[in-house]
Amino acid sequence: MAKTKARVKAPKSAKKGEAFQVKTLISHKMESGQRKDKKTGKKIPRHIINKFVCTYNGKQVFSADWHPAISANPYMSFFVKAADSGTLEMAWTDDKGKTMKKSTKIKVS
Amino acid sequence: MIRKTLEARQVNRRELLALFGAGTVAAMGISLAGPALADAKSTAAAIAKVTGGKSAAAGKITLDTPQIAENGSTVPISVSVDSPMTDADHVKKVHVWAEGNPNPDVASFHFTTMSGKAKVSTRIRLAKTQNIISVAEMSDGSFVMAKSEIKVTIGGCGG
Repeated sequence: MAKTKARVKAPKSAKKGEAFQVKTLISHKMESGQRKDKKTGKKIPRHIINKFVCTYNGKQVFSADWHPAISANPYMSFFVKAADSGTLEMAWTDDKGKTMKKSTKIKVS
Repeated sequence: MIRKTLEARQVNRRELLALFGAGTVAAMGISLAGPALADAKSTAAAIAKVTGGKSAAAGKITLDTPQIAENGSTVPISVSVDSPMTDADHVKKVHVWAEGNPNPDVASFHFTTMSGKAKVSTRIRLAKTQNIISVAEMSDGSFVMAKSEIKVTIGGCGG
C-alpha cells in the first residue's frame, strides 16, 4: 500500500481561551466494502479509517467515528481551545488496526 | 355470432393489456420507492437508538450542505451547534446520517469543553439525491436536529 500521508494545519500560536481551527487531511483510499472488483466480480473488502482522536497535552479534545460514507482521503476540520502551550496530537486508526499519528506544537499566550 | 365473440376477445385482450400496463407501472413504482423508504426507516431507527426515543427538535444546530453535488464521492458538509461549550452547557456528540446510502451511518463526532466551538466539517460520499440528517446531543440530555436535502448528479458508491 502506498505510504499514508497525514497533514495537519493549525496555528503556531493562539490566544489563551480562544478557539482556533484545526484542519486535517490524510491519504487513505477508504474502501467502502460496496465496490466490486471488475475482473473477478467479488466485493472488495471494507478498509477504512474508523476512528480519529485528537488530544492536547494528553487530554482528549475531539474524536470522531467514521463510517464508509466518509470520502477517500478524509478531510476534517474542527476547533480546539487551549489554556496552555502544548502539543496537539492527532491519531487515525483503520480497520486493520494500524494507527497513524501526527502532532504539532502550539504556543499559547 | 362468430364475429361477436371475436370482438369480445379483442376487447378482452385490450383490457388485459391495459391491466398489465398498469400493473407494471405500479410494480415499478414500488421497486423505486421501496429501498428509499426502507432506508428512511433504518435511519429513523438509528436516530431513535441514539436519542433513546426522545424527540429531537430543530433549533441551535445548523447543517451546511451544498444544494447540488455534482460528484457524490466527495460532498463537503459542515455541522455547527450554537453553544457556549462550558462545563454546564456544551455539545457532547454530533451524529450524521444519509438516508439514501446503503448504510445510513456517516459519522459521529465527540466534543469536549476543550473544543471551544462545536463545529466540524468533512467530506462525505452520497449514493444518490437524498436527505442528510444531523442530531446533536447536548450536555443536559436534550437533542437538536437538522435536515437538508442534497441533489446528487453522479453517485459516489462505486459500481
